[in-house]
Amino acid sequence: MTVRLQNEGAEAAGETAAPPVLAAAGLRVAFPGRGGRGTARAVDGVDLEVGAGEIVALVGESGCGKSTLARALLGLVRPTEGRVLFSGEPLDYRSRALKRYRHRVQLVQQDPSGSLNPRHTVYEAVAEGLRIHEGATAEEERRVADALSRAGLRPPERFFTRYPHELSGGQRQRVVIAGALILDPEVIVADEPVASLDASVRGEILRLILDLRAELGLSALVVTHDLGLAWNIADRVAVMYLGRVVEVGTVEEVLSEPRHPYTRALLSVLPESDAGEPVVLAGEPPDPTRIPSGCRFHARCPVLASGEAEREGIADRCRTEDPGILPASGGDRAACHHARLHG
Amino acid sequence: MTLLEVEDLTVSYRIAGGEAPAVRGVSFSLEPGSKLGVAGESGCGKSTVALALLRLLPKTARIGGTIRVDGEDVLGMRWGRLRAVRWAGASIVFQGAMHSLNAVRRVGDQIAEPILLHGTAPRAEVPERVGSLLERVGLPRWRARSYPHELSGGQRQRVMIAMALACEPKLIVADEPTTALDVMIQAQILRLIDDLVGGQGIGMLMISHDLAVLADTCDRLAVMYAGRIVEEGPAAAVVADARHPYGAALSAAFPRIGDPASRRAPRGLPGDPPDPADLPVGCSFRPRCPVAEERCAEVDPVLYPVPGGRSAACIKVRAEEPA
Ligand SMILES: Nc1ncnc2c1ncn2[C@@H]1O[C@H](COP(=O)(O)OP(=O)(O)OP(=O)(O)O)[C@@H](O)[C@H]1O
Ligand SMILES: Nc1ncnc2c1ncn2[C@@H]1O[C@H](COP(=O)(O)OP(=O)(O)O)[C@@H](O)[C@H]1O
Ligand code: SF4
Ligand code: SF4
Ligand SMILES: [Mg+2]
Ligand SMILES: [Mg+2]
Repeated sequence: MTVRLQNEGAEAAGETAAPPVLAAAGLRVAFPGRGGRGTARAVDGVDLEVGAGEIVALVGESGCGKSTLARALLGLVRPTEGRVLFSGEPLDYRSRALKRYRHRVQLVQQDPSGSLNPRHTVYEAVAEGLRIHEGATAEEERRVADALSRAGLRPPERFFTRYPHELSGGQRQRVVIAGALILDPEVIVADEPVASLDASVRGEILRLILDLRAELGLSALVVTHDLGLAWNIADRVAVMYLGRVVEVGTVEEVLSEPRHPYTRALLSVLPESDAGEPVVLAGEPPDPTRIPSGCRFHARCPVLASGEAEREGIADRCRTEDPGILPASGGDRAACHHARLHG
Repeated sequence: MTLLEVEDLTVSYRIAGGEAPAVRGVSFSLEPGSKLGVAGESGCGKSTVALALLRLLPKTARIGGTIRVDGEDVLGMRWGRLRAVRWAGASIVFQGAMHSLNAVRRVGDQIAEPILLHGTAPRAEVPERVGSLLERVGLPRWRARSYPHELSGGQRQRVMIAMALACEPKLIVADEPTTALDVMIQAQILRLIDDLVGGQGIGMLMISHDLAVLADTCDRLAVMYAGRIVEEGPAAAVVADARHPYGAALSAAFPRIGDPASRRAPRGLPGDPPDPADLPVGCSFRPRCPVAEERCAEVDPVLYPVPGGRSAACIKVRAEEPA
């Protein structure tokens, strides 16, 4: 079911498909409670794969655990349970192995002000990762120039001595991307790479990510709450709700024929949506320190609230039976009793 | 009476080595109960217009033109009058203002402040008034006792809207009210804004770089580029069929989920908007315009009328419409 551009040929020829470059298996990340609060189960059982050359979008409301999952995949937080796999091998958390890993799997953070040091020039910002991983190298200048031009900042020399405040938002985001590219990673994990950019600039940055995939065979996990971004660049999309992936599939499947009531609600409230009456869910996403029993979405679910679940005879299951963890690949698209009746 | 009339507004910022004309002759008007959207890329002058309306610009800014709120000239107003107008006549929800709530004061006290300052309600009735404002923005009354850090981004933005409503203004200026909020919270806030404006005859100027949000919320839409309005008209029509090449590029940059044309084909607009201190000669959009011609370097187009109650500042539009 999964679309793996690079593997399609191999699979068709009946060869064993390569393992996904990056995977989460039964992954959980819990943060201990403070000040009388319970443990926050930020990632609460996730199976997810990113194939070679594949772009996967991870979408969901603020606070649903996207960044925590991304950080776990990068080895920046250690899972409480489950594993992160790189090319099929479990991640080794000893410091030298981890450092090597972070060379191959790069984080691209949302810039604007956050990830660039205002006192560092573009050159220093881009060279930083290289210096950390490889020390001072003779070819540093050439590699900085290469990375900048791959990120679309040309001619690169013109940007060497500039400071972040002398660049536009789009140019700063390109500098952040260049800083990741300089290490020739196999995978990039981009956390809201275009969130605060203008639509015009956003389009340019997304095109860059597609070009990098085509030219370098990069795989990417893109974390976002922008469903249009998924439509623009991703092969597959995983929808996260309160620590779980509740729907996963190809972009066409999930965005054109959403099955989980939560995915449907998200799509219906997009301003440009023509998916009928918008389903505006009340309140904020519930709290990861108090995950509801049964289906974790049941308190906000329009299918349950409208009586539809009752008529289908699944209302009790919605309230008491956890629809379970979706497998990373194969068949089961939505963790929902209702969707499974109609699947 | 027209609620807000802006005529030939200009704003220049004093900068090292000269002047940056950030707003270069902007005119529009707004009727009670209607919503005007202002779109455009970062840096095109949207926030500067918003700040000018209530004379909140820094001292380095020089303003020209006329601004009338309810027929009253804002730029000529004395301070005392201006302060009254700022809350009771018109109020503003700033870009990123949810981060500007005072961290060590309860939100109820912060909402009460303008009411006390302007004596809009007797002191004894203020807590009741704060409670009802919170309810109007969809928060329970007990939230008055919360500190900002106990609220989510969406809840803080609701508090900001409650503050803006505190003195029952007739005009609300909302600068990027949903930017940086996720889609569900954005939908909640937009629905709230819609109810407030429609239900109570408030006029709203809503600024956003998100064309889709404006098309969905506003009656009319103005697209700004390099300190000018380059296109104006009914919001839905401008987004669906922009007449200025810049409006068209902005509109095309919005992915339409389900539309095969934008699948795996993100569209942007190469280049950056010009630096206000260093504007190109002729049409200021020329360096990025996909359909520019030689003569575009010779004219600086003004807004020409287009059928359907619209206008656009492009010589090609004028060519179509003989005066
Ligand atoms: N270090 C931490 N300690 C305690 N709780 C945490 C920690 N980091 C994250 N959380 C909680 O875990 C949940 C998921 O957070 P996360 O940052 O992964 O969300 P997100 O989906 O990336 O949201 P956004 O879209 O706002 O960036 C939230 O409820 C958050 O408050
Ligand atoms: N205080 C200031 N001093 C100098 N220039 C400014 C100041 N504020 C804004 N500008 C400049 O004025 C132009 C318009 O800015 P702004 O109104 O904030 O745009 P927008 O809100 O559309 O992003 C930009 O070029 C910006 O750099
Ligand atoms: S399992 Fe039930 S409550 Fe959960 S999303 Fe499906 S229908 Fe709604
Ligand atoms: S006047 Fe010329 S450069 Fe300006 S928008 Fe029209 S076609 Fe483009
Ligand atoms: Mg996040
Ligand atoms: Mg602004």
